[in-house]
Amino acid sequence: MKSVLSDKRAIGVLLGPALLVYTLVMLLPMLWSLGYTFFTGSVLGGFEFAGFANFARFWNDPNSGPAVLFTIKYALVVTVGQIVFGYLLALLYTFFLKRASNVVRTLVFFPVVLPTVAVSLLFQKMFEFAPQTGLVNSVLNGLGMESVDWLGNPGTAFVVIAIMDIWRAMGFYGVLLYTGVIDIPDDVMEAARLDGAGTFSLIRRIVIPLSWPVIIAAGIFSINGTLKVFDSIYALTGGGPGSATTPLTLYMYRTAFAGGDYGYGSTIALMLTIMCLLVTVAIFRSTARNSKEFS
Amino acid sequence: MTNTATASPRPLQTVRRRRSTRSVLGKIPGWIVVAVLLIVFVYPLVWLVLGSLKTQDEFLNNPTWALPENWFNFSNYSIAWESTAHYLLNSVIAVFPSLAICLLIGTAAGFALEIMVFKGRNTLLLVFLVGIMIPGQMILLPLFSVYFNLGLSSTLWPLIITYTATALPLTVFMMATYFRNIPREIFEASTIDGASTLKSFFFIALPMMRNAIFTIALVQFFFLWNDLLIALTFTTDDSLRTVQVGLLNFTGQFGVVDYGPTFAAICINVFIILALYLVLNQRVMRGLAAGAVKG
Repeated sequence: MKSVLSDKRAIGVLLGPALLVYTLVMLLPMLWSLGYTFFTGSVLGGFEFAGFANFARFWNDPNSGPAVLFTIKYALVVTVGQIVFGYLLALLYTFFLKRASNVVRTLVFFPVVLPTVAVSLLFQKMFEFAPQTGLVNSVLNGLGMESVDWLGNPGTAFVVIAIMDIWRAMGFYGVLLYTGVIDIPDDVMEAARLDGAGTFSLIRRIVIPLSWPVIIAAGIFSINGTLKVFDSIYALTGGGPGSATTPLTLYMYRTAFAGGDYGYGSTIALMLTIMCLLVTVAIFRSTARNSKEFS
Repeated sequence: MTNTATASPRPLQTVRRRRSTRSVLGKIPGWIVVAVLLIVFVYPLVWLVLGSLKTQDEFLNNPTWALPENWFNFSNYSIAWESTAHYLLNSVIAVFPSLAICLLIGTAAGFALEIMVFKGRNTLLLVFLVGIMIPGQMILLPLFSVYFNLGLSSTLWPLIITYTATALPLTVFMMATYFRNIPREIFEASTIDGASTLKSFFFIALPMMRNAIFTIALVQFFFLWNDLLIALTFTTDDSLRTVQVGLLNFTGQFGVVDYGPTFAAICINVFIILALYLVLNQRVMRGLAAGAVKG
C-alpha cells in the first residue's frame, strides 16, 4: 500500500534544507579536504599540486610520530580514567548513596557543562608554579614538600591534562553508567545476595557483566572524544612545554594556520579521521566477540 | 563501599536496630569518599570565586587559600566586564540563530526520515551519522577558503553557518529517535483528514515534540557556547571574538598576568552556565546522557 506519508514534495521541503546545509558545509568540505591532501600551499598564497608528497612527509616528519603517540597515550589514559572513575561514581550512587545520590550527582556533573576554556584557566592557576604559588603547590608545601613546576615539564604537564579532563568528564560518565547499573533487575541482585554473594563479588560477577554493554558504549563515546581533544590542551598548555603535549589535532591546527600549509594540515586531519574510524571499528568487533561469550 | 551498605535492601525493624551501630561505623569510609569527592569538585570553584575578589597584592603576598581581605571588592569584575560584555554579545549573536535554524531544519529532517515513507531513509540517516564522528579539523580548511573568498571573514556569518551545520547531525539523529516512538498512524490519520503533510508537521509534530526539542536545544547550546576550535579558526578579528576566545586571550592582554580580573572573567563565564544549570540541571543531565547513548 502506498502510504499517504510518501508525498515527494513534502519530503523535499522537510528534508531538503537540512540535507542542503549538511552537504554544503560538512560533506563537501570533507571531500575537499581529501583533495587538499594532494596539494601544498594555502588560500592566501595559492596551491600547487604535490602528488603523494604530503603522505611521504607525514611518514618522515620528526614531529608527526610524537603527535600520534601523544594522541594515543592521551586517549588511552583519559578514556580509561573517565570510564573507571565514572563507574566508581555509578557504584557509589547505586550502592551507597542510593536515593540521596541526586545532590552529589548534580554537583559532580557541573564541570561537564562548564566552558573548557574556563576550566583550563582555572587548572592553570591551580597548578601554577610562579609567580603565584598555586593551590596544589601550596598544599604540597603545607605537607613539607617542594613546589613542582607542573606545566613546565612534559611528564607533569601530561598529568595535569589527564587530571583535568578526567575531572571535567567523570560526572558525565557517572550519570551515563549509573543508568546502566540501575537498569539491572532487582531480583537478579537479590537472588545473588540470598546465595551469599558479598558486595565485591556481587559487583564483580553480576553488576559489571550485566552493565558491560553500557560500559562499552561509554568507552566508544569517550575514545571518540579523547582522540579529537583540542580545546582543553590548547587552552591549558598550548601543546607545550615545547611540543611535548601536542596531539594530532593541535599539530594540524598549527601546520595549517601558523605554518600556512593547508595540504599537509589536511593530511594530518585525514590521518586522525582514519584513527578514529579504526578504533571505533576495533571496539565494535571486540564487543561482538565479547557479547557472544556472555550469552 | 561497605558490606553493611548493601545489606538486604529492606531489613526488618528489629534487624535494623540491632545492626545500627555497626552500620553507622561501617558507613564511615563511604562518607569519607563522598566528602573527598565534594571537596575535589566544589573547592576549586569556591577558590575561583574567592580569587575574583582579591587584589593583585593579595595574590602575590598572601597564601593562596587566604580569604579575600575585602569581600565587596568588585573592581575586578568591572575590569573584566569591559571586554567580556562585547564577547558575550558576539557569542549570543553566533549561537542563538544557529541553534534556532538547526533545530527547525533538524526536526523537519528527523520527521522526514522517521515518519515519512520513501526509499533510502536509512542510508540518509547513516550519512548524517558520519558527521558525528568526523573530527572538526576535516572541514575547517575548505570552509576557511570559502568564507575568505566570499568576503565573510570579517563577519560572524562563518560562525553561524558552521555552528548550524556541525550541530545538525546529532540533532537529526536524536530527533529521529524521538519520532521513532510516535506511532505513524497519528500522522496518517491527520493527513487523511485533509491536513497536508507540512501542516501535520507544523501543527501536530512540532507541538508534540516541544519537550524533546527543548532538551536538544539545551544540549546543543552547551556544545556551541563552549566551542573553541571553530570560534578560534573563524574569528580573525578581536571585535568578532566569542566569549571563549576572548577569555583565552584575556591573560595576554596585560602582559603580566593580572590575577584578579582574570579570575573575575573566568567567574563571569562560569556564572552564566551555573545560572542555567541551577534551573535545568536534571534536564541537562538526562539530555546529555541521551545524546551520548544515541550518538
